[in-house]
Amino acid sequence: MDSVPILKIGDVLLVSIQTDLQDEAVMALQESLAERISSTGASGVIIDISVLDVVDSFAGRMLATVAAISRVLDAETVVVGMRPAVAITLVEMGLSLDGIKTALDLERGMRLLSGDGALA
Amino acid sequence: MTRRELPINDDGDVVRVRQLVRSVAVDARLSLVEQTKLVTAASELARNTLTYGGGGAATVEHITNGTKSGVRAIFRDKGPGIADLDLALTDGYTSGKGLGLGLGGARRLVDEFSVESSPGSGTTVTVTKWAR
Repeated sequence: MDSVPILKIGDVLLVSIQTDLQDEAVMALQESLAERISSTGASGVIIDISVLDVVDSFAGRMLATVAAISRVLDAETVVVGMRPAVAITLVEMGLSLDGIKTALDLERGMRLLSGDGALA
Repeated sequence: MTRRELPINDDGDVVRVRQLVRSVAVDARLSLVEQTKLVTAASELARNTLTYGGGGAATVEHITNGTKSGVRAIFRDKGPGIADLDLALTDGYTSGKGLGLGLGGARRLVDEFSVESSPGSGTTVTVTKWAR
């Protein structure tokens, strides 16, 4: 089972989803991310999904759950890198990802978390 | 014409069904957005087959109708079946761990959608997406 690497950049934890995540990998990611937020005191989490060519409701629920866990641990989550076709599909399917902040790319996501997102 | 069947018995199979649907959609010359919608619908349906149907199989084929080219995917299980189809197609309705968008969401992403199901006899969902 591939584990998802979690990188620390300043106060931000960066999670790059590399491949289609299966149930066990999702559970492992949620646990290790929660632990890293707690141990590092990170204030933000960026989830890069630029590799994903499909985001179904399972993956959407995974993103929402990770964001909710992070929020409870006082870290804000931004999902970056969503492909245009994925965005169109999510909206048409009715999956609006309410409560999840998004940014076009990693750079904008970092700016959003550093508090000057309005300038992005 | 391409016609392939894959079992759906675990998570890895759901991923393989997605990959198969994607490759057939490319063969059928669906646009990138059409491919993405179809593959997403297939992912929802394959997961339903696994989660609610207790496993089953998917058949994927490249079809044509006159000059039209498209993809048909059929998902079969021998699970408990769906007692109330209207309810199952309602957004937000879920009997399990999803977001309640699986069946209704999948229907919105394809051009043709049909469900055959009755309690005790399993469920068959057929979807078709045409290249524009």
